Amino acid sequence: MAKTLNHQDVAPVIEPALARKLLSQMMLIRRFEEKAAEAYALGKIGGFLHLSIGEEAVAAGAISVLRPDDYAISTYREHGHCLAKGSDPKRVMAELYGRRDGLSKGKGGSMHLFDKTHGFLGGHAIVGAHLPLAAGVGFAIKYRGEDRVIVCFFGDGAVPQGEFHEALNIASLWKLPVIFICENNRYAMGTALERALAETEIYKLGRSYRMPCEPVDGMDVLAVRDVVARAVERARADGTPSLLEARTYRFRGHSMRDPAAAVYRTKEEVERERLRDPIVLFRARALESGALTESDVADLEKSVNDTVDEAVAFADGSPEPPEEWLLTDIYKKD
Amino acid sequence: MAVMTYREALNQALREELRRDERVFVIGEEVGLYDGAYKVTQGLLKEFGAKRIVDTPIAESGFTGVGIGAAMVGLRPVVEMMTFNFALVALDQIVNAAAKLSYMSGGQFNVPIVIRGPGGPAHQLAAQHSQSMEVYFYHVPGLKVVRPSTPADAKGLLKSAIRDDNPVVFIESETLYGIKGEVPDDPDFTIPLGQAVVRREGRDVTVIAYTGMLYRALEAAEALEKEGISVEIVDPRTLRPMDVPTIIGSVRKTHRVVVAEAGAGFAGMGSEISAFITEQAFDDLDAPVERVTGANAPMPYAKNLERAKTPSKEKIMAAVRRVCYANGS
Repeated sequence: MAKTLNHQDVAPVIEPALARKLLSQMMLIRRFEEKAAEAYALGKIGGFLHLSIGEEAVAAGAISVLRPDDYAISTYREHGHCLAKGSDPKRVMAELYGRRDGLSKGKGGSMHLFDKTHGFLGGHAIVGAHLPLAAGVGFAIKYRGEDRVIVCFFGDGAVPQGEFHEALNIASLWKLPVIFICENNRYAMGTALERALAETEIYKLGRSYRMPCEPVDGMDVLAVRDVVARAVERARADGTPSLLEARTYRFRGHSMRDPAAAVYRTKEEVERERLRDPIVLFRARALESGALTESDVADLEKSVNDTVDEAVAFADGSPEPPEEWLLTDIYKKD
Repeated sequence: MAVMTYREALNQALREELRRDERVFVIGEEVGLYDGAYKVTQGLLKEFGAKRIVDTPIAESGFTGVGIGAAMVGLRPVVEMMTFNFALVALDQIVNAAAKLSYMSGGQFNVPIVIRGPGGPAHQLAAQHSQSMEVYFYHVPGLKVVRPSTPADAKGLLKSAIRDDNPVVFIESETLYGIKGEVPDDPDFTIPLGQAVVRREGRDVTVIAYTGMLYRALEAAEALEKEGISVEIVDPRTLRPMDVPTIIGSVRKTHRVVVAEAGAGFAGMGSEISAFITEQAFDDLDAPVERVTGANAPMPYAKNLERAKTPSKEKIMAAVRRVCYANGS
């Protein structure tokens, strides 16, 4: 029987530099969030803290094909996207700590990371509401005749919202260079996909809006890279938007207030999904293909751990924002 | 100076700002091909083309979000709400995104957007198309809220709103589109946001009113003049930021105040104005501040009920007499 070629069968030639970049980025996100969880448990971080542990391949893979002048916009589960876009982990952690050296001066917190110098446009915590904003950024890119693109990350929970449909319709109608990336982790908070969506194959909704759409294994960083690279190419060429569905899984609860995540999914399911850990899988591939050696990986791990330790120390040492800042930044002064 | 309608003044403001700044564009339902549901954008598509005069599908939240996203990266959208009632569909975008992005980002992103369209009570349009919408917006830190009452103000304030670096909710008056007035031709003519104006000088009582209520107040003042009561009228023009000093100055002069508003009253503009007058000028008052407000009901369709819903000249006159302790009241 003829064997069909699929991704795994193609001899995995991975550039060492790329392997190093992708692996270290995913490890950075993982380590950063593990440390954030610890800080949360210690009461250093307050409010809501939503971790993307398990979903790192989507952020790292998608953003790795962007140019520095491209934009990214995201939800309240956005630490990974912000870090992958190039933000300084020290300033991201300081923002989580609510300190003056945070990206948003401590006024935004975990859910509202913004970094203008790196084209990271937030950090939005009303589900689905940032999709029209992404279309607006696409509109501005087209208006100015630029060849930039914007990637817009959102969860499966945004799909039943009206703004998902409004944004896809407008982006397709006007050919706006937006890459909509649904991080389908199968649960909108505690509501399983099939309890929320009449069409659970989310990528297919792109067809209703006549835009290119495809699903991708969101645990395979190289596969994410490939599908996003194609979408970016289309968007740069003539503004064609895409809907991509990255099938992923969050290993932790919805937020730190959902530590067990046990009401709506089984322990067996979580254990099974953990076998798809994107970092474990990619590390194995990188080693197997010879792109990285065990000692390369150990070095990367050490460097990532140091970076995160520095970020934590920096955040801890950063002062609280002064009280006068309560009333600044509400309006831009002329 | 040219005499033109309020509608034409708005059109001229848009035209001048579109000519002045390439970053300005107009987006909304029927703004282009149809020339605007209320013809405020008449002729703009012809002059500026479809790139800058953008017809949208009916998706208020979607196209308001498009405006906000475009503003985040430096364009200056003017979003038209066909009527301001529809802005409620986009309320989350306006309140949670436009108003807060600057603050949430620690000042990294500002949102230079104008959201404009007609509002206020209209003629027999019933509950969903005829109401005072400003109340839903002026509570929100991060927004500016404008309600222009004359053709010159419509032009000068809209130009300032478009040049402002912050989100401005600009609610025109549906019933005033046809009124005429003198409007400066100078393309550099603007009226700063946050400045009230004394529409009529008087000695005995201050009436604070804008848009339709301003005209009822002016009629009331003429009639009261014959009764020997001299009414001063202050038009706030911008509701947020409110020009408190001009209002307090007038109160210190007349010592009596009536606030007239078309909205339903409870927690309305009059409540706020009355509160800051009490806080800042209590000792200057010779009578409690009176509010004349719309009835506490949705807008009815029937002509007679509609008349009863919105404050009349007579109701304003009665309130003025009460604060002046005139006619035995």
